[in-house]
This record gives sequence, C-alpha cells and structure tokens, in this order.
Amino acid sequence: MQGLEKKIKDRASELLQSGAVDGIIGWEKGQFEYDPTPAVFTKETGLDNLCYNNFCGANLSKYLVGKITSDKKFAVLLKPCDTYSMNQLITEHRVNRSNIYIIGIGCNGHLNVEKIKAQGISGITAVSASDDHVNISTIYGDSKLAKKEILLGKCEVCRGNVHVIFDELIGEELQTPKPDDRFEMVAKLEAMTAEERFKFWQGELSRCIRCNACRNACPACTCRVCVFDNGRSGIEAKANASEFEEQMFHIIRAFHVAARCTDCGECSRVCPENIPLHLLNRKYVKDINEFYGDYQAGDIAEQRNPLVNFGDDDIEPTTVSDKGGQK
Amino acid sequence: MKKIALAKIDSLLEAISKDMNLFAPVDNKSTVNYAEWKSGDVAVFDKMTVRSAKDAFFPQCENMSKFSRDQDNKIIIDKLETCDKDFVVMGVRGCDIKAIAVLDKVFLSEPVDTFYAARRDHSILISLSCSKPEETCFCTTFGIDPAQPKGDVEMYIVSDYAYFNTVTAKGEKLISSLNNLLENAKDSDIDSAKVATRDIMCKLPLHDVTTDGWGAGVLEEMFNRPEWEQLSSSCIGCGTCTYVCPTCQCYDIRDYNGSNGVTRYRCWDSCMKSDFTMMAHGNNRTTQLQRFRQRFMHKLVYSPANNDGEFSCVGCGRCVAKCPVSMNIVKVIKTMGGEKL
Ligand code: SF4
Ligand code: SF4
Ligand code: SF4
Ligand code: SF4
Repeated sequence: MQGLEKKIKDRASELLQSGAVDGIIGWEKGQFEYDPTPAVFTKETGLDNLCYNNFCGANLSKYLVGKITSDKKFAVLLKPCDTYSMNQLITEHRVNRSNIYIIGIGCNGHLNVEKIKAQGISGITAVSASDDHVNISTIYGDSKLAKKEILLGKCEVCRGNVHVIFDELIGEELQTPKPDDRFEMVAKLEAMTAEERFKFWQGELSRCIRCNACRNACPACTCRVCVFDNGRSGIEAKANASEFEEQMFHIIRAFHVAARCTDCGECSRVCPENIPLHLLNRKYVKDINEFYGDYQAGDIAEQRNPLVNFGDDDIEPTTVSDKGGQK
Repeated sequence: MKKIALAKIDSLLEAISKDMNLFAPVDNKSTVNYAEWKSGDVAVFDKMTVRSAKDAFFPQCENMSKFSRDQDNKIIIDKLETCDKDFVVMGVRGCDIKAIAVLDKVFLSEPVDTFYAARRDHSILISLSCSKPEETCFCTTFGIDPAQPKGDVEMYIVSDYAYFNTVTAKGEKLISSLNNLLENAKDSDIDSAKVATRDIMCKLPLHDVTTDGWGAGVLEEMFNRPEWEQLSSSCIGCGTCTYVCPTCQCYDIRDYNGSNGVTRYRCWDSCMKSDFTMMAHGNNRTTQLQRFRQRFMHKLVYSPANNDGEFSCVGCGRCVAKCPVSMNIVKVIKTMGGEKL
C-alpha cells in the first residue's frame, strides 16, 4: 500500500505542477491510522498529507457534484467500486465530466474500524495490514485479526478490480477480496414472514437519529434540496416524530434511488448507529435483476435504467403483485 | 463506600427500576446507547455510548403543547405536563457530567426552560469513573478528571466489583434504599483504579491537544482564518457530530397539524444543516463553510466569550469517532490552534 501511496503522490504532484488540474480530490492523513478525511489538495506542499491506506473506504465521487458549476478542473482518486458511482453521476448530468480527470486506483479491500472496536478493542494507536491479517496496537495491548473479519461491508461483496471509467490507472494490479454472496441477507429477509421482517426493520431503524449521514453521503442522493429538508414540502422532518416516520424516510429514500443505486455501500458505512441500510437498496437491486434481467447501475455511462426504459417484455405490475413480488 | 459484585449488578438495576425509571447505557447488539433499562437488558459500562446522556434531559423530540377546538369552536390550549417523577441516570462519565453543566448554563438561566429544569430536578445522577478510556477521548484538555466525576453518587468499577460513593443527600437516599443488596467497602479500595485511569490518560494519542490560541477575544481573528475553507470542504453537512455531541443544544419548534388539532413539539436541530434557522427571507448561512465554522466557533470562541472562559466541548470524542468523513473538532483545534497537525 505504501508503494502505491507514493506513486499516487508523485502523480498528483506532476498533475498539479503541470497545471493539468487545479486540484486533487483524495484522502488526507488523520490522527489515527483509521481516520483519513476526504480532502481537496490544491497545493503541492499539502500532498505530504495525502494518504492511501486500508481505511480509505469513503467514496469520493460525490464531492464532484458540488463542483459542477466550477470552471476548475479536478482529478479524483476512485477505487473500482467508486467508478460505478461516477458513471451514474455522469448519466444523471450531476457532474461535469469535461472538468474531471479520473485516476482509477487499485484496491485490496478497505477496513471498518467499527468492526475492530466491536471486538472490544479500544485505545488504538496503530494498525498495519498484510494480505490476510491486520495487526492492531493499542495502549492496552496488541491484537491480530483476520482481515476478512473486519472488511467494510461493501468490500465483503466487492464486484472486482475493474474500473468502469478512468483516464488513467495506478496500482490496478491489486486484487480485490473474494466476494461473498451479495444477496444472502436479502434472501433471508425475503424468507421471513411479514411480521418478522417488520420486527427486524423496526429494531434496526428505531436507532436512527436522523442525522441524514446516509443521505448526504449517498452518491445517488443529489437533489439540490431534499424533500425532507424543504419546509414547503409538508413532510420536512428534522427528527423522527414516530416509528412510522423513521420508516417513511428510509423507504422513500430507497425508492428514490432504486435502479440508480450502484450498491456502493456508503449509507451503511457512514451510519453512526450501524444500521444496515444497504439491505433496503439491495432488495431493489435484487428485484430489478429478477424482473428485468441482470442490471448494474453505473456499469456504463449514459445507459437508461430499466425503471425508466419501457419495453414490450417488461413485467406487468399486476403479475408482480399477484405473485406477492415473485416473477 | 459500598460495593456489589458485577455478576450481581442486574439485581441492583432491577431494584432501582422497580420504583423509578432507570436510564443507562444499554447494549443493542450493534451499538451502545442510553435507554430506559428494562429487565433483561444488558447494561454496558466499559464502552462509549453513541449518543450522550443529554438525551435524559433534552430528548431528541418532545411534545410541548396541544391545540384543539371545543364544541363551540373555541381554541383549547393544553400545556403538556413536565417531568414529575424522580429518575436515575446511571453510568455518566466525566465528559457527560461536565456537559450537563454546560447545558445547565443554557437551559437554566432566564428564561428557564421548564421541560429541562423539571427533568434536572427529578434526576439522580450516578457518575462513572472511566476505566478504559478510548483513543478518541481528550477530556483532560478541558480540565476534566475522568477518574472521579461528580454525580449524586460516584460509581467505580474495580476488578469484579462496582463501588458506590455517595456525594449528595439525593444520592444518599438512593443508596440507602438499596442497602440490602450492597456490601460495605473501604474508601481506599478504589484508589489504585483512580491512579491507573489518570496514568492511561497521559498515554492516549490525543492527550496533548491544547486549546491554546482559542477562547474569548479571538473572534475576528479566528472567524476570518483561511483554513476554514479547506477544513469545511470535507464536511458533508450531515449533522452527526451535533446529534452525538453532549453539549450541542440547538432545537427547532414546529407544529404538527393532525386531524385532532395541532401538536407543538420541539426537536434537535443542527447548525450543520442547510435549513437551520430558516427564516422568511431565507437562510442566513448559505454555504457549508459558514455552517461548519459556526459549530466550531460556538464551541471554542463564542462559548468561552459568554461563559467566563468555559469551552462548550468536553472532549468526549464522539464526533471524532462518528463523523462519516473523519473531520472533527480535534482536527479543527490543531489546524488553527497552537499545535499544528
Ligand atoms: S468494494 Fe471492492 S473496490 Fe470497493 S473499496 Fe471494497 S474492495 Fe475496494
Ligand atoms: S445515517 Fe443512520 S442514523 Fe443517520 S439518518 Fe441515516 S440511518 Fe439514520
Ligand atoms: S463535521 Fe462530519 S459529522 Fe459533522 S456535519 Fe460535517 S460531515 Fe457530518
Ligand atoms: S464537540 Fe465532539 S468531542 Fe466535543 S463534546 Fe461535542 S461530540 Fe464531544
């Protein structure tokens, strides 16, 4: 990883120096190993702090939405999974492609510090990873964990090390982790009775504090003013007034990103209450695959998704409801 | 000083919750949060809660009054009852204890917030001495001693026992009602644990964070610093930091228009959000830079300017642990304050 970080820094420095770009969107070193912050580097001197380690899970593509009206050109570091979001943003005209220089960077899976802490590990002072193990030093002693156990949720089901859009690649030879079955948990939820499922989601969503981190981090949520922030919408909400409302927010959001969600995993990664929000979106992904044939949002820029693309062999809504959701 | 074996602590919680609501850090499998403890719940005293103890006094959402019409179409105003029953908040760490003092200054000075005041009057606080501080903790920066926080009762966990030291008359009353469950202990039983905690504090990675350069009197200078732009460019404006923060105190008052009249409620608000303090003419902070700056200027400059130098951050580290993009008050303090990152 350190070799790769060096290569990225060198390339970033060249790009800034030559004036090819005005800024680089990357990750800045934090105070612990596990807290790099997405940052815009505009001066070569700042590049010392550019970092690419095992905790760069944040998807940087959304930072370009705010730059759509800027006349500056930005390079952005994207992992394979992040490139799907970029394609989707291009498709939806939410970014200005001509002002973006995409550096696809290699990835061998990123880690979730919450999973480390869930093992009772705290006081973390250093983390170093090898291919399958992670050594964690803390002020209370050292631990060694299997990397597989502490991968970010999205990396457990990684779609592979292909960048679907890029201008250049660095470190693409890195191998992404072998994926688990992406739909296993969705299938489990489908197999539950309605009451069991309701209980499951009530248990999870009742922890929601409506910080809206899931929405704000989501690269598919790019409305200028979200309906839930708009005082004139009649459904603006700063807190969950009831258990019903917390479900409304999440279900409406899931519907709004259906067929546009690339399953990038940001929603669950950022949730401070560890709510598995991706399962809602993944249910729609699974349904769309079953109803319309395999579809991956963002694998090609400018493609029309099945929900907005009427075809003669589209499934009839009545068929879906008659069969209780089964095709 | 009294003690009970940790293995039997549930019997104590059971006894307290028989007569009163008991608010304690409860494990709900993926996170630990303060919640009303009920028989069967697992109370967790060695992990930081996601949300703070402020929830007990200043809940995220509460109804304030109801308006409806009677048969003659006259408007009836129902003022909702404020808290009138004693309750216990257990396991409150030093940072959260100090945070309550910060909130008291806001809610208990004129005009007094009756909802908050009633809850404060009826609460019995059992503070908790930290035994396993986390790397995100930096309470000592704000002069807090996590080894001995002041509550009505102080609680210490040392090897297999929980110790209780009563401090106030309220605390004395509670502990004496539990006497049949507690054993006598020596005051000195907890001394080594206190020393150990203070030692750990000096080893934590954030122990040297200082507020040098911040405080009252640097408003103009800090407000105009160019670093805000770079720092705020990471922030996604989610408000997580404000909701998990034990001292963040902003709220919004809204009317919910239902079929049976109108309910007026208040809920937490966040200066990080785009619709914060929205007025008829629009919003007075229009960029994330302005919103971001507000949060940190409030904690590190405006608060000390208005409260005899008291900052309104207590170093609990929750925003450090929970910000989805790992931007936080420590990075702000270090970038612009005395010590550079
Ligand atoms: S999902 Fe795959 S490409 Fe994306 S961060 Fe995880 S391992 Fe890397
Ligand atoms: S990030 Fe989590 S807590 Fe925040 S609004 Fe989304 S689900 Fe709720
Ligand atoms: S600082 Fe972090 S937690 Fe706070 S609003 Fe910004 S992104 Fe959210
Ligand atoms: S600003 Fe952060 S560290 Fe300070 S009291 Fe609030 S949540 Fe805790």
